[in-house]
Order: sequence, then structure tokens, then C-alpha cells
Amino acid sequence: MDQMLTKPTISPMSAEATAAMLRELVAHLRQNRTRLREEWVQRIIEAQLLTAMSKEEIFAEATSVYDSYLDVLETGSVEALQAYARNLSERIIPRGVETHEVLGIVLLLRDVLARELFTRYGSDFGTLNNVLEAYEPAANRIATTVGVGFVQERERVIRQQQEAIRELSTPVLPVRERLLILPIIGVIDPMRARQLTEQLLRGVRTNRAKVAVMDITGVPAIDSTVANHLVQTVESARLLGATVIVTGLSPEIAQTLVTIGVDLGKMNTVGDLQGGIEEAERMLGYKVMPVREATQQG
Amino acid sequence: MADEIVMDVSSDADIVTARQKGRELAGRVGFSVTDLTLIATAISELARNIVLYAKHGAIAVSLAEHGYRRGIVIVARDEGPGIPNVSQALQDGYSTSGGLGLGLRGTRRLMDEFDIVSEVGKGTTVTVKKWLR
Amino acid sequence: MAVPILKQGNYLIASIQAALTDADLFELRNALVTQVGRFRSRGVVVDVTALDVMDSFAVRTLRDIAQMTRLRGAETVIVGIQPEVAFAMVQLGLTLEEVATALDLEEGLAYLVERSKRTGPEIGSHGG
Repeated sequence: MDQMLTKPTISPMSAEATAAMLRELVAHLRQNRTRLREEWVQRIIEAQLLTAMSKEEIFAEATSVYDSYLDVLETGSVEALQAYARNLSERIIPRGVETHEVLGIVLLLRDVLARELFTRYGSDFGTLNNVLEAYEPAANRIATTVGVGFVQERERVIRQQQEAIRELSTPVLPVRERLLILPIIGVIDPMRARQLTEQLLRGVRTNRAKVAVMDITGVPAIDSTVANHLVQTVESARLLGATVIVTGLSPEIAQTLVTIGVDLGKMNTVGDLQGGIEEAERMLGYKVMPVREATQQG
Repeated sequence: MADEIVMDVSSDADIVTARQKGRELAGRVGFSVTDLTLIATAISELARNIVLYAKHGAIAVSLAEHGYRRGIVIVARDEGPGIPNVSQALQDGYSTSGGLGLGLRGTRRLMDEFDIVSEVGKGTTVTVKKWLR
Repeated sequence: MAVPILKQGNYLIASIQAALTDADLFELRNALVTQVGRFRSRGVVVDVTALDVMDSFAVRTLRDIAQMTRLRGAETVIVGIQPEVAFAMVQLGLTLEEVATALDLEEGLAYLVERSKRTGPEIGSHGG
């Protein structure tokens, strides 16, 4: 993206002239910092952006953004701004600030400063043209940097939340000594398959489980990739010394698996969860019976 | 610790050192224990291929950054005999002296990106990457 | 670095303490195959709890140990494979299908005892 924006354009100005122009511009914007920043904050409030924040907070952030903005214009390097944008996003995302608000405030600043340039250089058309030529690419770059920084931070937060949801969506439940149950509900993708394998393996180790019943009644569809993942889950549990019993294969899934030729020979399958638990208990040497029968026998 | 480590690989003791040091560096990126194990295993396979087939080579492990993504890059380079048919070596069921095929195929499965350049008589360079999820 | 091999009754216990080189693994294999005969052991437990990596060579060596000791009359069980290591092994396509596994040393020994009960009483005594 950076490359696209810094692609050399045919310009009547030399690089030195542009740099000199930017220097002068930055000096001017620094001199009028208080006034311009105030104007900007006013426009942010009028536009009802950053409503989740107090006026003081907006002012404090605006000050930092304003100074970073001038730094970028001056140095041409967006690194510091990038770091600031990331940091800012980290702070304001939990408060519910939206993407359009962040883009909105940066674009407002761009406009406030552009107006200032018009006011100052408006009388001299040639100079104004040169000033804008130096200013616009830099301003666009800044808007992109802040916008992208915000979106990336949001994506990171979303990824984290997805991870947390996935973890919650696949509980590993110890039901009896040495027996775990994994009820799986919803679609299994490779990421989730990996996560449930990791959780099962950790569960086996911490609970010293010998048998785990993996119930996939709630899984709507399984393709060959997911089936292979499940086979791998079973194989890796065996390496720890635990047997996995798979239950709840729907008729549709059973037909699909056989049709696409997935080798489930290594899988221990039982019709339903109840049958799976009974089988597991048998393997563990338990015998479950009604209390009355047990007392008669005993 | 620098962001890149380069290790000579010419003995089976070097294989152990390479995977331990590589794992340490990868630990700084923030990988999970599972990913660190996958990375260390991949380094072990690559290092073993070098010792078995080229006798001598080097493994470089470095931090990688691509936009917002962070990860690790492992480059295994040797000036050994090279692999005549790379795509065949990566196929299931292919193996010379029982190791090369499995080592390369396995490494590919352990990592997110896999690239191999090999020229007979000149040597082989394998580059693998793993990204932080 | 040599792996200590402990003789306990009819069984041999090899507990790996630290990362092993290929040469160490070879040595372990040879030692176990020899000692199974010398002590007329019925079972071998290889404890790999300390290993944080098992690459294809290590897994192949464990499989070889299991097959070779079986030919010499002893069943081998691998114990203590770490969850992450198991995950990596399966990704590599190494599943040790023919080899018995157990959670830890205690489970491994229990497995061997259980197994010898199933395969009938042992004839005579093998010392201890």
C-alpha cells in the first residue's frame, strides 16, 4: 500500500523543492498548533465522532495525533505514527469506537489543515498548487496508516475472541475417573480440529484419562479434510495411551465418509453417546447396573 | 540474542543443538508450545537431511515479519549432491535410504510455507516459514 | 549421553533423561536388544517424558526397538509422550501403530503385567 502511494508522480517540483515546501508548511502548522487543534476538536464534536470519549480525552488524543501528523509530514516516516495508531486502537477499541470514527477524525484533520493551506497560500495559485502537491500524498498516507492500523488491531482482537470462543465451544469433560467426554457442536474447520486435538491431549494428560468419548452428533457435515483431522486426533491420543471412541456419526456423515473413501478403520465408533459411554466403562472395567440388582447380587 | 542465528550442521550433535537454539529463538516470537514443538521438529528433520545427504551445511533461523504478521523463517542450505527430482521426493511413498522423502514431506506438513530449490551437483536450499496465529 | 536401563523383575525400564543424539538412540536400541536376552525380560518400558521433540529418526528407532525386542520375546511399551510431541508426530505421519503406548511409567508397567496375565502364566522364574 505504501508503495502505491509513494509511486513517483510527474511533478513540476524537484524533490528538494518538495522537501523545502513541506518544511515551511510544517513550521507554519506548528506555529498555529493551538488554534488548528482546537478547530479540529470542535469539528470532531460537531460531527459526533468519538462519542464514547469525553471532550478532555478527545483533546488529549487529538494533541498526540496532531503532533504525529506533523512529524510524518516533516520526516516522511510513518513508523512512529504506526506505533501510535496501534496503541491508540488498543485503547479505544474496547470502548466501542468504530472504524468510521477513526477514519473520520483523520480525514477531518486533513481537511482542517488543507483549509489552512488555502487560507495562507490562496492568493498565490502557483505556490498553493505546489504546497498541495507536497501535502496531499503525505496526508493520504497518514490516513491510510491510521485506518489500516485500526483495522488490523480490530482483526487481532477478533482473532483473539474467536480463539476464546473456540476454546469454550469444545469442552473436555471428565465424567468418571479416567474417562473424558468431548461433545462437539458446530462446524469443524482445520483450526478448530487442531484446537480440539490440543485440548483433548492436554485433558488426557491432566486427568490421566484412558478413554475419551468424542461425540459428533452436533456436527452438521464432515468432509475428507475434517475426517482426516479426526483420524489424527484419535491417533495422537493413542500415542499418549488413551483410546478415543467416536459417537454420533449421522447417517449422512457415515455415507459421505464411505463414499469419499476415508479410512476409518483406525477409529473406534459406537452409534450414540450413551453406547459410547457404556463401551468406555466396559473398557475401564466398570459395570453399571440398577442399585436393586446390584444389592441382590452383592 | 540476535534476530537471526546461523548454525553449522555436520554431525548428529549439531542436529540437537540446531533444534534447541531454533526453538529458543521461536519462543521469543510468542508461539504456543505446540507450535514450538512443530518448529523444533521441522528443524530436526532439515538438519538430519543435511547430515545424511550432504554431510555438511548450515541452518539459519530468523524472525520474520510480513505486514502485521509475525513468524519465523528457517533456511537449510547445503552444497551436497542435490535432489534430481524434487516433486517426486515430495510424493508419498518415495524414499531414498528411508529418510529424505519422509523428512521433506513431514517438514512441509509441520510448517505453513515450504519452498525447495535443488540442483544436482550443486546443493539444496529448503526455506520454511511458520506464522503466528 | 547414555540412557540408564533399570531391571525390575521381568521388565527393563529405560528412562530417557535429556535430548538424545542419533548415536545415543542407536546405543539405547542396541543396549535394550542385548539386555532383553541377557535378563530374559518379558517386557520393556521406554520412558520418553523428558523428550520435547521426537523427529522421524527418534520415532523410527523406538519402533525398531519394539520390533527387535518382540523378536527376542519382550513386549515394548512407550510411555510419557508429551501432548505437543504426539501432535507433531501425527503431523509428520509417524503414529507408531504397531507399538504399545501408555500415559506414564506406572501405566506402562500395569499394561505389561496385564498383558502377561492374558498370554498365560510364565513358565519358571526369570530371577528378579
